[in-house]
Amino acid sequence: MTTTSPIIDLKGVSFGYPGGPLILRELDFTLLPEDRVGIIAPNGSGKTTLFLLIMGLLKPLSGRMQIFGKEVREEKGFTEVRRRIGLLFQDADDQLFSPTVLEDVAFGPLNLGKSKAEALAIARRTLDFLGLNGFEDRITFKLSGGEKRLVALATVLAMEPEVLLLDEPVNGLDTRTRTRLMEILLQLTIPFVLISHELDFLTATTMTIYTMADGRIRLDQELTLHQHVHAHPLGASPHEHSPTGAAPGDSSAHSVDKPC
Amino acid sequence: MLREPFAAGDSFLHRLDPRIRLAAAVVYSCAVAVCREFPALLSALVIAVALIALARLRAAEVFKRLLVVNGLVVFIWAVIPFTFPGEALFRLGPFTAAREGVALAAQITLKSNAIVIAFMALVATMPFATAGHALHRLRVPDKIVHLLLMTYRYIFVLEQEYLRLARAAAIRGFRPGTNLHTYRTYAYLVGMLFVKAIDRAERVRWAMLCRGFKRKFYSLHEFEASRGSVIFLIFISAAVLGIAALELGAVAW
Repeated sequence: MTTTSPIIDLKGVSFGYPGGPLILRELDFTLLPEDRVGIIAPNGSGKTTLFLLIMGLLKPLSGRMQIFGKEVREEKGFTEVRRRIGLLFQDADDQLFSPTVLEDVAFGPLNLGKSKAEALAIARRTLDFLGLNGFEDRITFKLSGGEKRLVALATVLAMEPEVLLLDEPVNGLDTRTRTRLMEILLQLTIPFVLISHELDFLTATTMTIYTMADGRIRLDQELTLHQHVHAHPLGASPHEHSPTGAAPGDSSAHSVDKPC
Repeated sequence: MLREPFAAGDSFLHRLDPRIRLAAAVVYSCAVAVCREFPALLSALVIAVALIALARLRAAEVFKRLLVVNGLVVFIWAVIPFTFPGEALFRLGPFTAAREGVALAAQITLKSNAIVIAFMALVATMPFATAGHALHRLRVPDKIVHLLLMTYRYIFVLEQEYLRLARAAAIRGFRPGTNLHTYRTYAYLVGMLFVKAIDRAERVRWAMLCRGFKRKFYSLHEFEASRGSVIFLIFISAAVLGIAALELGAVAW
């Protein structure tokens, strides 16, 4: 542990839907500046719920949440949190509601009080950063799945967040878009938390990988050290993986996780 | 898949200021809707046809749409002439057609065709999103405009979800028939669609909150009234006044 104060600090947070079992049970979670955290866990273990709680979209039944050094409880506090933390939703269709790409990306900056010209400039710059030039006037719901995901990421990045929460961003992406997303994430200078079922992707983009069980987050070293299921060309023939880089003939980089 | 086949194009009408096109369509339709005189209705139809010629739309697509409208009109012809009280015009077996009924059916036919054709020429020639922004500029309340745009946006998602559910039923051997099983399956399907729509609505709201939504929408669109738009406005106003004059009998046919 370093001495820097955590960005997100959850202590003993519990959550369950009314009448249902607890999804999160006394969960503790800390995100430090410059952290890049991956979460891999079975479906229904509460990963998405964790993100929704951090954004204040769901309210915990009990526990304490400190975000950016301030305790947040009420809607008012979360307005600030939402401005500074960007959440990429699992389904891009939830996130893109404006008719055209440019309008959707400019929606956030406009809400933050930017002028029309500023908002457009930010939107264009963000699209540019993601390699989405020429997408400005595309109709959001006519984009392909991969394009939707990248545009959704653009709408989040246009808010110029200080932290990113990514909910299964690689789900359903083809190899090309996946690689592109990986490159984008590696270029980012802000800390992020990434939920994914793909260990390969997590090891390539994050520093620490957690798992979730019984409504809690835990650092599962056994999992991170042994589960190396992946595929690449010539994968069927015997080969070696170097501990730091890609195997010969393997284009996707997958480094072995650091034991934390 | 829902499409907007008329929105892409480069005719004079396509390039016209969308606000003027929308306003023209509304004024024209209201005028035609209240007309009763045949000279007025016929000239309205002529104007509509002239507009659609100006828009240079694909004739086949236009007729396909008119077919849908006139499918309903056929029912009007099947019912109204024979149920309207009035002077007998002709007999069809045991049924008597009234002159007033025939006249009414003819009016409805002319009106509906004229209005649909004019809307195809003026409104269908802009993307739906543009129409929304134009409405916003015409001072239609924000809430209505955004209800419209959001509805349009998520109709696609609902359609996809419907197709997904329908496929899920189909691959398990579901064949619709006239039986309780079919009705129940469709009821489940519609129910699921509603449940999913509610879920979706909640997530969209969350996404909007995450991006700092404060119950206010901003429009990025700027519209510019060109000289062509102004000329068109004068032309369409004159046309509507002409229709009104014919209706009120101020001009002899």
